[in-house]
Amino acid sequence: MLHYTLNRLLLMIPTLFGVAVLVFFMLRVVPGDVVEVKLRGDGGAVSQEMIDMERKRLGLDKPLLNQFADWMVGLATLDLGKSMWTDRPVSEEIGTRLELSLQVAIMATIIAVLIAIPLGTTAALLRDTWVDYLVRIITIGGLSIPSFWFGMLIMLGLLYFSGWLPPITFTPIYVDPVANLTQLIWPALAVGYRYCAVTARMIRSSLLEVLSEDYIRTARAKGVFERLVVSRHALRNALLPAITVIGLEFTFLIGGLVVTEQVFNLNGIGKLFVQSVSRNDFTLIQGMVMLIAVFYVFTNLVIDLLYALFDPRIRYG
Amino acid sequence: MRTSVLGFLGAFAFAFAGATGTHAQSPKRGGTLQFAISAETPHYDCHGSDTYATLHFSAPFYSTLLKFNLDKYPEVMGDLAQSWTVAPDLMTYTFKLHPGVKFHDGTPLTSADVKATYDRLRNPPSGVVSTRQATFGDIGTIETPDANTVVFKMKAVNAAMLEHFASPWNCIYSAKDLAADPNAPKIKINGSGPFIFVEHVKGSHVSGKRNESYFKQGLPYLDGFKGVFMLQAAAMLNALQGGQVLAEFRGISPAERDRLVQAMGDKIRIEESSWTLNLLVAFNVEKKPFDDVRVRKALLLAIDRWGGSQGLSKISTLRSVGGVIRPGSPYATPEADLVKLPGFSKDINASRAEARRLLAEAGASNLKFTLHNRNLAMPYTPAGIFLVDQWRQIGVTVDHKQFDTAPYLATMNAGNHEVAIDFSNLFMDEPSLGLAKYVSFKRAPENRSRANDDELDKLYDAQVRERDANKRKEIIRAFETRLFEQAYQQPLLWWHRIVPTHKVVMGWKMSPSHNLGADLGEVWLDQ
Amino acid sequence: MTMASSTLPATLPAPRRRSAIVDFTWQQPLGAVSFVIIFAMMFAGIFSAWVAPYNPFDIDFASILAPPSPEHWFGTDAYGRDIFSRIIYGSRTALVIGFTSSLVGSTLGAILGVASAYFGGRIDDWIQRVMDVLLAFPIIVLALVVVAAVRSAVFFGIDVNLIIAIAIPILPRVERVVRAAALSVRVMPYVDAARAAGYSNARIIFRHMTPNVVAPYLIMLTAFIAQAILAEASLSFLGLGVTEPTPAWGLMLSGNAADFFDKAPWMILFPGIAISLAVFAFNLFGDSLRDYLDPRFKV
Repeated sequence: MLHYTLNRLLLMIPTLFGVAVLVFFMLRVVPGDVVEVKLRGDGGAVSQEMIDMERKRLGLDKPLLNQFADWMVGLATLDLGKSMWTDRPVSEEIGTRLELSLQVAIMATIIAVLIAIPLGTTAALLRDTWVDYLVRIITIGGLSIPSFWFGMLIMLGLLYFSGWLPPITFTPIYVDPVANLTQLIWPALAVGYRYCAVTARMIRSSLLEVLSEDYIRTARAKGVFERLVVSRHALRNALLPAITVIGLEFTFLIGGLVVTEQVFNLNGIGKLFVQSVSRNDFTLIQGMVMLIAVFYVFTNLVIDLLYALFDPRIRYG
Repeated sequence: MRTSVLGFLGAFAFAFAGATGTHAQSPKRGGTLQFAISAETPHYDCHGSDTYATLHFSAPFYSTLLKFNLDKYPEVMGDLAQSWTVAPDLMTYTFKLHPGVKFHDGTPLTSADVKATYDRLRNPPSGVVSTRQATFGDIGTIETPDANTVVFKMKAVNAAMLEHFASPWNCIYSAKDLAADPNAPKIKINGSGPFIFVEHVKGSHVSGKRNESYFKQGLPYLDGFKGVFMLQAAAMLNALQGGQVLAEFRGISPAERDRLVQAMGDKIRIEESSWTLNLLVAFNVEKKPFDDVRVRKALLLAIDRWGGSQGLSKISTLRSVGGVIRPGSPYATPEADLVKLPGFSKDINASRAEARRLLAEAGASNLKFTLHNRNLAMPYTPAGIFLVDQWRQIGVTVDHKQFDTAPYLATMNAGNHEVAIDFSNLFMDEPSLGLAKYVSFKRAPENRSRANDDELDKLYDAQVRERDANKRKEIIRAFETRLFEQAYQQPLLWWHRIVPTHKVVMGWKMSPSHNLGADLGEVWLDQ
Repeated sequence: MTMASSTLPATLPAPRRRSAIVDFTWQQPLGAVSFVIIFAMMFAGIFSAWVAPYNPFDIDFASILAPPSPEHWFGTDAYGRDIFSRIIYGSRTALVIGFTSSLVGSTLGAILGVASAYFGGRIDDWIQRVMDVLLAFPIIVLALVVVAAVRSAVFFGIDVNLIIAIAIPILPRVERVVRAAALSVRVMPYVDAARAAGYSNARIIFRHMTPNVVAPYLIMLTAFIAQAILAEASLSFLGLGVTEPTPAWGLMLSGNAADFFDKAPWMILFPGIAISLAVFAFNLFGDSLRDYLDPRFKV
């Protein structure tokens, strides 16, 4: 087990290196640079010397490989560099916004899991009845309704039918829980609906798979009490693939957050990402992509280890 | 829940009320103004920025030498300067500062600080960005005979110099701070303005509190302010409607105004003015067939400005038909003369027939090209959609491509565009600023048509030095006629500024530029 | 060699079987419904010029923000353009982008998955590493960077870089599933036997592995058409996908559509419903297809 974990940790390095190379060189292909946007974006008539001086200061005039090497050296020392737009450290820019996005993601997860488990289980147990069909329609709806449209409808609904709007600035939950929760519950719902749908479907299908196993049929033949006991076992086995899905979808949440934060005007990393892309703020984009990648790879590892923990059949050499 | 529905007429009524002024009450002290800022500034340095985002953020913390008198725009009045004299030959400007002004850190403000600021503006040390360096090129020397007097001696006559001293971007910094670190203003705020910097939470808001030792007695009225960054128009409108922010000082679109008026009735005040911003069409003369003046002229003739402005003004901030100078401002061409210029005729059918004829003559009847536009919903998108439709009417097929700011600028800088929608963002009506875009490309890199025309250059230089206002108008008119006959670039429509404020917000003054009036020194809340 | 033909007839009568389509409809009624919706979409997309009452580009400032009426079934938008026509033409954009991105991504992913499974060893390792790298990007993140980076080329009004941007995240996800399916075949003894008998790699792959992966491939293809349509809507909403004045559902929701909500709610209701319905149909179809093809679920 330890060997396996170490192996996976080592394998992370080439993966992350690949991500770094990919994002760095893809960005440099983009036409336009952050200095132009900063100094000429609103019609400023600044001289070319000024632009060149700023580019030099940001290191944009060096050959690509040098810039890449500089950045890699920084990464090795966990220094993500400075944002090209604000000249503040990337870690500071991300840090002030990460708390909000993480909280929305966690809230969405909690909502999703709490609803998905009963929903998926009921649908599997009552397969092919109207309940199953209803659940299937609800869950596929969750997969189909664009989360930004859903978010727009929520906001407009709140405004026009209740006249009340969520707070516009973020307060941490330990400072003012009411303001915090009333602001973040809505984007959590908008993003969580989809998350819930995916999880419920996964639970339903893996439970169906397990229920068609031989030992279940035997238990059914034996009698009701046996069936109850086995169902609980069945559920635990069925939950394993669901854990995978929950873990994977958590990182996909980041993608959902990108659009949702626009709609709800939240000061999170999703909005930061869109802004930095439109400004060509390379260091910030790179820093965020690396962060997400690290997060994803670690989550994968944790999921796989949890899998091994729960399923005695799985043992990694 | 909706309050009483007022509609469009209501908007006009309140615009009227705002214009005539209901300032009979005396200002009340107290309260914190929470308002929306629709963009976040990358840093705090006014000198190195070209965006209103920096001004809406920093202006409350700083003072300038002069400022525009918004009650009698475009007259100027003193801010730091208590009085000033201008020599008759316009070569010397002498300013007497208010005595006893202090920076927020307690140190006194003297002429040395003004000198240091203007030196930084016109001759930035290495590593410092001064975006408007060229405008101060005519200053020869700056002298400080005593702690409260600054004397500017010019190298050449600049008819607009006084207005340049009133520019909102010339925030006065402390000489001590600049000596310690020339780039200090980017990250540290130490000004002499009505408010003291409290905090800036990145991505969220900026807040300031009253400067109790502000040199203008009795000001500011507000205890403090909080500027919340709301980048999405939809979110900002919701917040205005819900009362979470009391104003947005840049400008909204007519549709947004109608929504606010309908939902809020008399709780919202709307002030409108024409705007010192325009969108213009530029043809890249380095790309065929736009090197042919007939093709360029034909495309300009096809645009129905007068008709289009009726529809566009309902859904976008585009409204006024005008030439190179903002319509309604002192140097603008009157309508009677304007309609004689290509692209401004009111008989659109005749114009379009002429356009087709010109295209046929130039052998470009089935012209196809790409329109290069910026990816902003207001009003670049409507402008693009409108132009595509107009050109379709003369048989021209246009592929409309919109880009984010960075690639948009990069493509135009490299000259890879065929036809582009460009923009002109001025903070005052000074023709030398507005016409700078149209002079030869070799002198003005921001000329997106990349055309070189000596006659335009001659006319431009003549109007900069011309002191007689009528003669100057003639020169500007000649410039405009030449520019449109050659059809290198042409303004499409000038924008219309609509500013919403809750009726409790008093003392804020409207003007044609969103860069002005941001210091909040005289704003008070009627609560 | 002749056989004794006394008791056996010369040809055996073919067994009677219901056609697959009827079978599918009978077992998966929801799937059949979704197929009808998809078919309607495709019809609208292909024959837009006949189905749509107006030209989707026609600006008419005289009738902006008109409510639904007999002239304009879904009302008009801020430029006076007929929303119903724009939705019809929008289905063409959605289908072309959705189908192409999914086809490109799924097919390439499937090919890589089969190759990875078949050749194994170092090739498999390298392909897996590359897939890991691609998987570490969330879809929107990758799409944002690709759309900004790839030089834009337009064919038939559709951006190729948008298709690439959406296809790239699909690729590794399909590759994983197909590889797993192909692996389960690879370990079968008849593959080794075939190789020992001297059959070429290509033949083994085609004859033996491919049929086993067709079912998961088809299912993923359909599922990712749904995802691709959603991705295109999100990207257009952010301003990175299709641009004005091309009719596209996500684009119709962006810009100032939300501003007009109280005056013209149809501007944001109908495109959102269209997106949801299309994605819903494809998801449901993929679901039903999987239920139908997976023998374990046959009762």
